[in-house]
Amino acid sequence: MTAPITCRAAVQRLWGYLDHELEPRDQSALDEHLAFCLRCCGELAFARELRRLLRTRTSVSLPGDAQARLEAVIDGLEVGDVAARHDE
Amino acid sequence: MAVLGVVVETTDRAALQQLARQELPRLYALARRLAGDEAEDLVQEALVRACRAFDGLADHQAGPRWLRVILANVWRDRLRARGRRPSELLVDEEERFSLYDTLVEEDPLPYSDTLHVDFLGAFSEEDVHLVLQRLPDHERAPLVLRYVEGFDATEVAAMLALPVGTVHSQLHRGRQRFERELWRYAEESGLLAATSDHEGRAAGDAGAGGRPDGAPAPAGLGRGSS
Ligand SMILES: [Zn+2]
Repeated sequence: MTAPITCRAAVQRLWGYLDHELEPRDQSALDEHLAFCLRCCGELAFARELRRLLRTRTSVSLPGDAQARLEAVIDGLEVGDVAARHDE
Repeated sequence: MAVLGVVVETTDRAALQQLARQELPRLYALARRLAGDEAEDLVQEALVRACRAFDGLADHQAGPRWLRVILANVWRDRLRARGRRPSELLVDEEERFSLYDTLVEEDPLPYSDTLHVDFLGAFSEEDVHLVLQRLPDHERAPLVLRYVEGFDATEVAAMLALPVGTVHSQLHRGRQRFERELWRYAEESGLLAATSDHEGRAAGDAGAGGRPDGAPAPAGLGRGSS
């Protein structure tokens, strides 16, 4: 049995919990807290959703004009050194 | 410093170009998240830097990841050159802000049985992007690298040349700020008003004078659902 923790301390550890980055002691303290605290269970579910939001709802498309300019840069790339000669 | 007599391997050049073309959308997306409007320029510099270092890439399978790391390095160097502060402390009020509690207290979606999920469901990809752009650069970078790109904290620390402990505290602050800005953005952009209106109308249309029955609220909540 680990020392009980407050809701505030529990909430501060939720992301570490989801990231699997907690020390074993913190992990069990949180597990014990979650076993009786419904509110923090809700917070945990919400943190999980937030994490998912960051992972999945952040696609960015490459605009056509930027793509054309960047591909031109790629075409002009020289490997190794600026002094490297063109192959054309 | 000059590498004298470098014979450019045309295969290397072709390999780098192929890698760069293939990774361009993803690289650009990362640059947009990190640097906003500076994205294109950031990608250009990363490509040029990748070119100079390509000889050092032993395992071409690792190329996609290697390019992203270079891009993050370029961004780190730019932030440093601008002398950004590592991090100012959040004021106490911000430190205590809880999006979870705020949603319970303000109840912005009175018709929702799954308030918290529906609140997040109201944000489009563009909305999430704009919210991220509101974060200070030095808090956004670790958040994007860790949670959008999926690097672990140790890798992020190496990419940003910061101690792991610093990355952890920046992640903590970044998450808090992100929650806070989600709420502010929702208020300022009328995101929730639009959502509630929609729900309200739906209830009215149903003519039952109560909450809309049967139909479960879609995650997209009336925005761009077609
Ligand atoms: Zn609790």
